[in-house]
Amino acid sequence: MVEKSIKRIYTFLIFMFLYAPIIVLIIFSFNNSKSRGVWNGFTLKWYIELFKDREILKALYNTLLIAISSSIISTILGTFAAIGIYNMNGIFKKIILNLNYLPVLNPDILTAVSLMALFRFSKLEFGLFTMLLSHITFCVPYVILSILPKLKQMNIYLYEAAMDLGATPFYALRKVIIPQIMPGIITGGLMAFTLSIDDFVISFFNTGHGVSNLSIAIYSMARRGINPVINALSTLMFISMLILLFTINKRNDKDLIEGGR
Amino acid sequence: MTKKGLALLLVFVLLGTLALTGCGDDTPSINVYNWGDYIDMDVIRQFEKEYGIKVRYDTFATNEDLYVKLKQGGSSYDVIFPSDYMIERMTREDLLVKLDKGNIPNMSKIDEKFLNRDYDPGNEYSVPYMWGTVGIIYNKTMIDKPLTSWADLWNEEYKGQIIMLNSQRDSLAVALKKLGFSMNTRNIDELEAAKEELVRQKPLVDAYLGDDIKGVIVAGDAAIGVVWSGDAVAMIRDNPDLEYVIPSEGTNLWFDAMVIPKNAKNKEGAEKFIDFMTRPDISAKNTEYIGYSTPIPEAKELLTDEIKNSLVAYPTDEMIENTEIFKDPTDIIGEYDRIWTELTSEQ
Repeated sequence: MVEKSIKRIYTFLIFMFLYAPIIVLIIFSFNNSKSRGVWNGFTLKWYIELFKDREILKALYNTLLIAISSSIISTILGTFAAIGIYNMNGIFKKIILNLNYLPVLNPDILTAVSLMALFRFSKLEFGLFTMLLSHITFCVPYVILSILPKLKQMNIYLYEAAMDLGATPFYALRKVIIPQIMPGIITGGLMAFTLSIDDFVISFFNTGHGVSNLSIAIYSMARRGINPVINALSTLMFISMLILLFTINKRNDKDLIEGGR
Repeated sequence: MTKKGLALLLVFVLLGTLALTGCGDDTPSINVYNWGDYIDMDVIRQFEKEYGIKVRYDTFATNEDLYVKLKQGGSSYDVIFPSDYMIERMTREDLLVKLDKGNIPNMSKIDEKFLNRDYDPGNEYSVPYMWGTVGIIYNKTMIDKPLTSWADLWNEEYKGQIIMLNSQRDSLAVALKKLGFSMNTRNIDELEAAKEELVRQKPLVDAYLGDDIKGVIVAGDAAIGVVWSGDAVAMIRDNPDLEYVIPSEGTNLWFDAMVIPKNAKNKEGAEKFIDFMTRPDISAKNTEYIGYSTPIPEAKELLTDEIKNSLVAYPTDEMIENTEIFKDPTDIIGEYDRIWTELTSEQ
């Protein structure tokens, strides 16, 4: 009995710790004042202002555009790279694997500054394109790492069996290998998507005139205080994530659940 | 396989939009780089409509971020909004171009007292955008007698009620001013003396905060804080028990101004933009949105009586008589860093 209630309190505290900040943020998105410390009555004005604020909407658009395109491109690149690495042998495979680990372990700031130096060296104009390139760069290793285990689990004879039965290599890749490693691909893609939305440091150094994503836009509000419009936006994003999670769970697609881990 | 088809379609659509945004169209455009949340965005739309120039707008958080972006190259801006000491530094490093004042007729609308300051003699490079002071805000219900000077922040009675700024430059300026030194001093002894003052004050201080200072004071969690005048206006609106004072020892007077960097691609458009921003009705709109003070008297007249007559936003000339503008600290920044580290590690 006591044990049970201790368990419950413990769980409650953990969830409290995880969700209290988000709850506070949601509550203050309805606060009729710019300051975050005081409750000044209920309002929806920040939501109305959000949809009129061209700057923030543009930043949201950039964030989503970059996140979606970089996750799709890096997933495609990463999938083929993973299949390639899986089929390598000996010392060469080890070297490539470790080269792949390196960007994951590297601090973000190092990746950011080195990419910036590279882009400047190659005389690229900083903007959406350089930001997209840098996001693809840091996402690919994560995609590879999430697909490799699935390849290891796969029965290698399946591919050979498909070939024996007359499949061309490409057909076998499409119909046998890809479906087998699909959960890994989806995990990789989702990981790339969230990493890209999260990123501040790399975006900050590799963007140019007129292009900022949400994290840069929010950071630049530091001097004047974060505009409550951001609370409203975060609330909406949180709710969309919640809805997405529910629909995924509801579909009860086995692959998705396995992959979404 | 419709899923895969959909994914492919998505890729193409996205690449298409990328290509479109990549190579701009032929309408003239300018790149503007301003502080975050520091403009009424309607003003930008109005400018685009009136002049047919597209504005690509971007924001930064600190003068130093702006400096790095400008030095780093790779992107070019046509109008940027640095503060006073940063303009001085950028001018010295030859990063700015001289303005053609013939193209900025509205400059004549700016109050004389905000022109020709030390950071840009003759305003050859910059046009002021917003200005303000640094002062003490306190809660009248929690403090019985009126505060008047920086020295009040060293009063034992207010132990645990004081919030200082978590900024080396601003907090040192407070101590230097209290001691009667210049806040731009390069004299190590004076800086050391200021450090000793801050060490002595530390037990009385509840916290060193940044922007969150506003919430804490408005909520009444602390009674006294050091804030910028523009923020004070908004805080007093939220909590009428608050009072803002410009300390008698003198304080910091600051400016954010518009300048054109050397690598600007559309100087003509940039000057049109600066002129537009200096138009009284436009400046009034921005001032209303931001809550800071405009340097243009005609714009001030367009504001509500409450703001127009506020001594917080628009102090009299006597009140700001002995104010100082920050000078570029580059040569002494190491000393500031050392002093601040020693202060923060002090138990």
